[in-house]
Amino acid sequence: MLKLHPNYGFNTLAVHSGSAPDPSTGARTFPIYQTAAYVFDDADHAASLYNLQSPGFIYSRLANPTVAALEEKLATLEGGRGGTATSSGHAAEIIALFPLMAPGMEVIVADKLYGGTINLMGKSFQKFGWKAIFVDTEDPESFQSAITDKTRAIFIENLANPGGIVTDLEEIVKIANGAGVPLIVDNTLATPFLSQPLEWGADIVVHSTTKYLSGQGNALGGIVIDSGNFPWLGNQKYPSLSSPSAEYNGLIFSETFGDLAYTMYNHAVSLRDLGCTQSPMNAWLTLNGVETLPLRMERHCSNGLALAEFLEKHQNVEWVSHAGLKSSPYFKLGKKYFPNGTGSLFSFGVKGGYESGIKLLESVELFSHVANLGDTRSLILHPSSTTHRQLTKDQQIASGAGPEVVRLSVGIECVEDLIADIDQALNNLR
Amino acid sequence: MPDSFIVNHDNYTDNYIRDILRSVHSIAIVGASINWKRPSNFVMKYLIQKGYRVIPVNKNSVGDQIYGRNIYPDLSSVKETVDMVDIFRPSKEAPQLAENSILIGAKVFWMQLELRNDRAAKIAEDAGVKVVMNRCPKIEYARLFGELGWSGFNTGVISVKKRRT
Repeated sequence: MLKLHPNYGFNTLAVHSGSAPDPSTGARTFPIYQTAAYVFDDADHAASLYNLQSPGFIYSRLANPTVAALEEKLATLEGGRGGTATSSGHAAEIIALFPLMAPGMEVIVADKLYGGTINLMGKSFQKFGWKAIFVDTEDPESFQSAITDKTRAIFIENLANPGGIVTDLEEIVKIANGAGVPLIVDNTLATPFLSQPLEWGADIVVHSTTKYLSGQGNALGGIVIDSGNFPWLGNQKYPSLSSPSAEYNGLIFSETFGDLAYTMYNHAVSLRDLGCTQSPMNAWLTLNGVETLPLRMERHCSNGLALAEFLEKHQNVEWVSHAGLKSSPYFKLGKKYFPNGTGSLFSFGVKGGYESGIKLLESVELFSHVANLGDTRSLILHPSSTTHRQLTKDQQIASGAGPEVVRLSVGIECVEDLIADIDQALNNLR
Repeated sequence: MPDSFIVNHDNYTDNYIRDILRSVHSIAIVGASINWKRPSNFVMKYLIQKGYRVIPVNKNSVGDQIYGRNIYPDLSSVKETVDMVDIFRPSKEAPQLAENSILIGAKVFWMQLELRNDRAAKIAEDAGVKVVMNRCPKIEYARLFGELGWSGFNTGVISVKKRRT
């Protein structure tokens, strides 16, 4: 694990980083700054802020104190330089790429992905003129052979949807370094408690904070975290960061802000123009959620593995894909990249295919049928009839969401209750 | 030289930087630009706002002013006390600028982001002058005194105390 701070460990930082007592009132819980705008001291102060000469607040679309506290906390926990919180995980994917891409440019994307990401990158990105090239998560060679002079980034999920899949991060880092492009890693399913992609050499991390980070399924959000290590200065591939910026009086982000450049750009340009800002209320809920992240993740992991082990032996289960199982082809990679557990999202194949999958989720009592994950509550989903239904059959199977696949996000309830419930539902199939 | 003076230039402690920024009052900026769009000008404006007495040095702009301060051609011409010298000049000029900083009695020799010259650092440290390389005093001030967190950056500052505003 990365050394995040000279004096303090992960759990201490999860509680304290970013959210020191409020300087004006001393409020111990970080306040919700529910305001659109901020008063300038005088005209010169306003000019300094607009020119990016001084840090500070102008308007909450660009920056807000509660949102900034969350950004600092998560940047700290990932070992990054800075963060840009967004309105959702999807928005984080767009914002992560916005400083890097331009019409005609390409992003190489691993195919084991959340179905929504496949739609976003495969279809909607075309409207920006951005081209997503899908490659095989399990075959690093396919990444290498997709590199062209138009490649501007590589995007992967770390622990990948729909669960139980581990990407060989080190191999992809080598390919990204060789190509001179940043590697963006979606770390949503692992959280920084289980894995810190920047430690392995990734350049940018994105999250849907809606999941384990906020932890209770009550606040939409996303975040983009920058390592501060990618060499933007003088790099002609990335003119947004290496060339004079007309609207900021010819300022060059990488020259003026050094390793803060990418995050500064995302606040000063990406959020300013795309407007997909995280709300202070959602940031506040997530800020509180992250304080208990280590405790929750330990329970999520142990419950998840216990359930996977139970299912593997069940007569009505064809297969279980959980990287913590010795039978998993990802067991070894899982131990390497996720020594403290491989999360609580995994999938299994139910005997009887599509119809059985649907019957199962209608028979459980404790597993909520929702299109979410990373909640305190256990969740169940049949991807081919929901999150992945807008994909073709081939795309469904390629992304591990075939007709027999059921996905679980195991919560923090009593594990024996969860096992009993899924057992009765599986036995009910016949 | 006492052990306490040995500084790791790859990884400064927060206390080292904080002590410097708290102890200096006047800062000469070598390479300060009259063009308000340049980083050196940003830094100068910010440090003035934070209460430092900032002295611009730039041999190409003698006779001009920046934020009402006269520009000196070089460090040896500065007729006021200089606690810290901050350079926006190529690394290869650093050893000479370190020598000049010692001569005018500066206590700190600071090199901006992307600048590093270990020979210059040794010259300054051998004369008892503290050295910072590849950092920006504006960013460090904002980081250590609470402002950089406003922009979502990892400041590394952990505290349960109410910060003075």
